[in-house]
Amino acid sequence: MKKTLAIILAAALMLFSFAACAGETTPAPTADPTTAAENTAFPADFKIAIIHIQDPATGNGYSYAHDQGLVGAMEALDIPESNIIRKLNVSDGDKAATRTAIEEAIDQGAKLVFTTSFGYMETTAEIAEEYPDVIFSHCSGYKSNETNFNNYFGRIYQARYLSGIAAGLKTTTNKIGYVAAFGDTMAETSSGINSFALGVQAVNPDAEVYVKVLGAWGDEVNETAFADALYDMDCDVIAQHCDSANPQISAQNNGIFGCGYNSDMTPQAPAAHLTAPIWNWTVYYTAAIEAAVDGKWVEFGNYYAGVKEGFVDVSPLSANCAEGTQEKIDAVKAILNEGTWDVFSGVKLSFDESGNVVKTDAALEDSKGNVIVEAGGASVEDGVITGTMNYYVKGVSEK
Amino acid sequence: MTAIFDLLFHSIRIGTALLFGTTGEIVTEKSGSLNLGVEGMMAMGAIGGYLAACATNSLFFGILGAFLSAALGGLIFAFLTVTLQANQNVVGLALTIFGVGVFQFIGTNLVAQGAFPNFNEYTYLKFMCADNGIPFLKDIPYVGRLLFSHNIFVYLGIAVAVACYIVIKKTKFGLKIRAIGENPAAADACGVNVNLYKYIFIIIGGGITGIGGLYLGVVYNGGSWGAAGDWINGMGWISVALVIFANWNTLMAVFGAFFFGMFTALQARKGNLAEAFPQVFGWLQSLPTEFYLMLPFLITALVLIMASVRSKKNAEPGSLGLNYYREER
Repeated sequence: MKKTLAIILAAALMLFSFAACAGETTPAPTADPTTAAENTAFPADFKIAIIHIQDPATGNGYSYAHDQGLVGAMEALDIPESNIIRKLNVSDGDKAATRTAIEEAIDQGAKLVFTTSFGYMETTAEIAEEYPDVIFSHCSGYKSNETNFNNYFGRIYQARYLSGIAAGLKTTTNKIGYVAAFGDTMAETSSGINSFALGVQAVNPDAEVYVKVLGAWGDEVNETAFADALYDMDCDVIAQHCDSANPQISAQNNGIFGCGYNSDMTPQAPAAHLTAPIWNWTVYYTAAIEAAVDGKWVEFGNYYAGVKEGFVDVSPLSANCAEGTQEKIDAVKAILNEGTWDVFSGVKLSFDESGNVVKTDAALEDSKGNVIVEAGGASVEDGVITGTMNYYVKGVSEK
Repeated sequence: MTAIFDLLFHSIRIGTALLFGTTGEIVTEKSGSLNLGVEGMMAMGAIGGYLAACATNSLFFGILGAFLSAALGGLIFAFLTVTLQANQNVVGLALTIFGVGVFQFIGTNLVAQGAFPNFNEYTYLKFMCADNGIPFLKDIPYVGRLLFSHNIFVYLGIAVAVACYIVIKKTKFGLKIRAIGENPAAADACGVNVNLYKYIFIIIGGGITGIGGLYLGVVYNGGSWGAAGDWINGMGWISVALVIFANWNTLMAVFGAFFFGMFTALQARKGNLAEAFPQVFGWLQSLPTEFYLMLPFLITALVLIMASVRSKKNAEPGSLGLNYYREER
């Protein structure tokens, strides 16, 4: 029996040593730590921690995008690598693991902790009360306090509107598929789907958006199967709100097109990908770190920025895009930059024959025909977009 | 009609991943070894096979690589449970974690170094993995689409399952392994080298599961390393449960794998059916997404209940899960 036990233990140890190796892989830092440390004014004792749900070393996806944002901020502010504490593969459904990761970071001297996934919210809020001297910043949630805990997210729906323009111009069947993690039960996904559909309709009023709901942020086999099923429904552009590039690869295998998410997915599906809504997290991380170091955190408050601030955008258009896509996207971007118009309002954008943007007053209706915003009305409140948008707009149907 | 044939077509397509897993596990279990590490071996096969395929630009070597990588997982299992007499359940679970760990360790590091092969550059391999079908036969209306327009893995999977059936049921070699699975002491007394046969079948069974991993990697993930880095996504676990459904018969496994594939395909295609036949299948659309997520596991639970009811006719090898220690006879 002892022999058996010893063998099991040895096997287990071997496993954990493997797991440990995998966990410690640091994402390729682009900043050279030594040279940055020599001529920096950045305080050495101001450690910054980031809690990742995945390992950014995978080179694409959500955590990678966040980490690239932090690396960008490190370059902008001359922050040496030694000031950064990374916690990788922290499950956001596991409160104990989240707490351990955050408390470890605080023990290692973290003064500012970024928690990057929605599920970390409750734990971050609790720990923020327990450690008043540490600043906490949580991504994509709605909780905050007045002193040391804020939230940050962006108007990614604006970028989705822009990608919708690319999709609407490309489709010939006037059916566009959308593989979504969740549907109209979650505002983050429904606002994205709706905004994408409105972008499609701005250039192609006849096009419909077919949504298939995965029920999970990442489910790689199904992401492919769902995109295949949408292709069989005659969709010829596949958009997505899920983690992997598999819907784009499926589109490529089926000879159709697609819009990715989170990162430019052209390398994964060069023959299919049009453009992807992307985050520019550097904008936030730079601003937040500056505010925290300068002691201006309380004034900084919660952060919710969009295309105008450069926080969200679409990736460079690929050669697969229809002619004139760039001009139309640029024209809408210019309007968003003015800050006088937003997606979910009673004003609809369209293009005249010479390609100029035309604003028309038109009611925003949901898929059941209820009026959400009267013709000419102002945009729905941010709280609706981030919290209570539990409907699809006209032209969207869940399949 | 197209929607129904699409559903069945994709049931076969996704079911093929399960078929390799189940066939491999049946081969293993026939020798009396319960290897729960299918998920891990599939992951090892996936990464080993994918890298081998890209390195040699050959699907044959890819499949061979997948077989050998997963067979390595089987070898670890065999060494620990047959030679060292460790508990099969514990080793199987550890092998799951180990295999997925190896998969992610290799994949993540290659991606970080920018050395992970981009499948888009391997046009020959991509062509070989596409749904090319069988010439002429695939042009038969409906049936051709359903049965003869699949990718090469589908036919390989069926061929392997049939071959395993013949070897296990019709040859002397298979008779020996069945004897070992039922009663290793009796087989030993007849002069069968129990440990040798166990090693052979555990290793071959592991290798077969690995081909399923490669299939998921190249066909369902297009060789793209996703953010979550999980090509297998629980298919290995469903394969283990399917063994009971198939009643340790690899021919039944073909049917079982495609049947279970249907529940996965249904999740993606309920809307297609509802749109094509609003009267008959409209209700599919009104069920919540969560129900479909639950479905394969619900069916698995039902199968386990059914299997325990018909326990008398059960073909479960008598010594399944028990180590054979010669000196304890």
